[in-house]
Amino acid sequence: MTMTAKEPKYVAPTVYPETQKYWDAASDGKLLVKRCLDCGEHHHYPRESCPFCFSERTEWRDASGQGAIYSYSVMRRATVPYVIAYVTLAEGTTMMSNIVDCDPDKLRIGQPVTVTFRPSDGGPALPMFTPV
Amino acid sequence: MSLKGKAYIAGAFEHPTRRADNKSVAQLHAEVARGALADAGLTLKDVDGYFCAGDAPGLGPMSMVDYMGMKPRHVDSTETGGSSYVVHVAHAAAAIAAGRCNVALITLAGRPKAEGMATGTAPRNYGAAPDVPFELPYAPTTVNMYAMAAMRHMHEYGTTSEQLAWIRVAASHHAQHNPNAVVRDVVTVQDVVRSPMIADPLHRLDCCVISDGGGALVVVRPEIARQLKRPLVKVLGTGEYVRAQTGGKVDLLTTGASWTGSAAFAEAGVKPADIQYASIYDSFTITVLLTLEDLGFCKKGEGGRFVSDGNLISGTGKLPFNTDGGGLCNNHPGNRGGMTKVIEAVRQLRGEAHPKVQVPNCSLALAHGTGGSLGTRHGSGTLIMERE
Repeated sequence: MTMTAKEPKYVAPTVYPETQKYWDAASDGKLLVKRCLDCGEHHHYPRESCPFCFSERTEWRDASGQGAIYSYSVMRRATVPYVIAYVTLAEGTTMMSNIVDCDPDKLRIGQPVTVTFRPSDGGPALPMFTPV
Repeated sequence: MSLKGKAYIAGAFEHPTRRADNKSVAQLHAEVARGALADAGLTLKDVDGYFCAGDAPGLGPMSMVDYMGMKPRHVDSTETGGSSYVVHVAHAAAAIAAGRCNVALITLAGRPKAEGMATGTAPRNYGAAPDVPFELPYAPTTVNMYAMAAMRHMHEYGTTSEQLAWIRVAASHHAQHNPNAVVRDVVTVQDVVRSPMIADPLHRLDCCVISDGGGALVVVRPEIARQLKRPLVKVLGTGEYVRAQTGGKVDLLTTGASWTGSAAFAEAGVKPADIQYASIYDSFTITVLLTLEDLGFCKKGEGGRFVSDGNLISGTGKLPFNTDGGGLCNNHPGNRGGMTKVIEAVRQLRGEAHPKVQVPNCSLALAHGTGGSLGTRHGSGTLIMERE
């Protein structure tokens, strides 16, 4: 079973000023992560203050776009079945996403994936992942 | 301040309905309040503390206070999803200990069945929450989020679908004796693993039921409990925690129960091996497995073996659980199972569970609630109770 032919319509994320840069970059085909200038930790989802040390000094960094599947599930009970996953980025932080352009029955935890982008329904592009 | 012995659960009531087409949510709240107060031998006039969560219609506790005609001097609308009512018992005990109230009423009601809600399989939009834009577009549902926890547990520890199925099998053995249960059929491991796959690796029978109804509890000051005619069920230990994604350091295998269990056991001064009956939140089979590990009933990674071969079946296993049939078979009113967890534990401690599932001389019981989603963020509550 492959899911390349038919994909669901993706809900557009609400873009707040705090995360505008993330979504602008996604629409340009780039994945950003937040990093704390005080403690040095990367975090996701991105926010103004660091969730590890509560510093307000955080910066946007270009992510490599490489990662590995931490866990996933194939949602069978949907009009169009899809794969939801947590992907651990090379930068060390883990993000929720979908795995696309894949055979869902052949996915496995630990599998290397790379970022790709899909349009949302009337909003910015969404970072997703596909097996390397 | 320790809450040990500071309050007693004097009243408990589970609404018998599982489908409330012709009742409002407010009406259901009033019906369960009436039931629990009657059970305690008290009236609404005695209530001076009121506790409810997000299922109560209106702003916090205000509409229900108005609808029922209460005059509370203490209110608390702590919202931690389905675990709220377990947490409310602890908050009620704290309020009683602090002299803020004497008789605390806790109510829950909902009608997702009548409203046709796709509880597990449709993504839920939590509005302006800061995480929503980074999750909702990927269509997280209740079931596929818990499924990711199950998938990871299988990966790390070799847990199998058959082991998870044993949790449903045990619940079904209990539900056959509950005339109000949504599903009363006794099932086998094969029945569970052959039921349709919903979100890998969770099958339909790994998922709880969707039901209407509700429940209520009455928590009172020790002096009042001793004046009432009901068996004495003492609050012994409590714990609450909110577990989240921790900024992207995601660990789906450590639940809030790791914190709430330690806190509750320390406050109660007992250990997991002392517990004679456990109500464990069972939105899905995996919820039970992870919770049992984190509460310390077995080591991390050994949950699959622990739940197998009927170990959770009353009369057969070492840890009788969810003897009403739990959320998996009996009831998950308003998509919030914490209330019914406390209620069945109270029944066990009073010796009022169904005779086929009653734990002999049950004097020490635990109830645990998990609210929200194990896959994203959840609120946990643990309550240890003793029959005096």
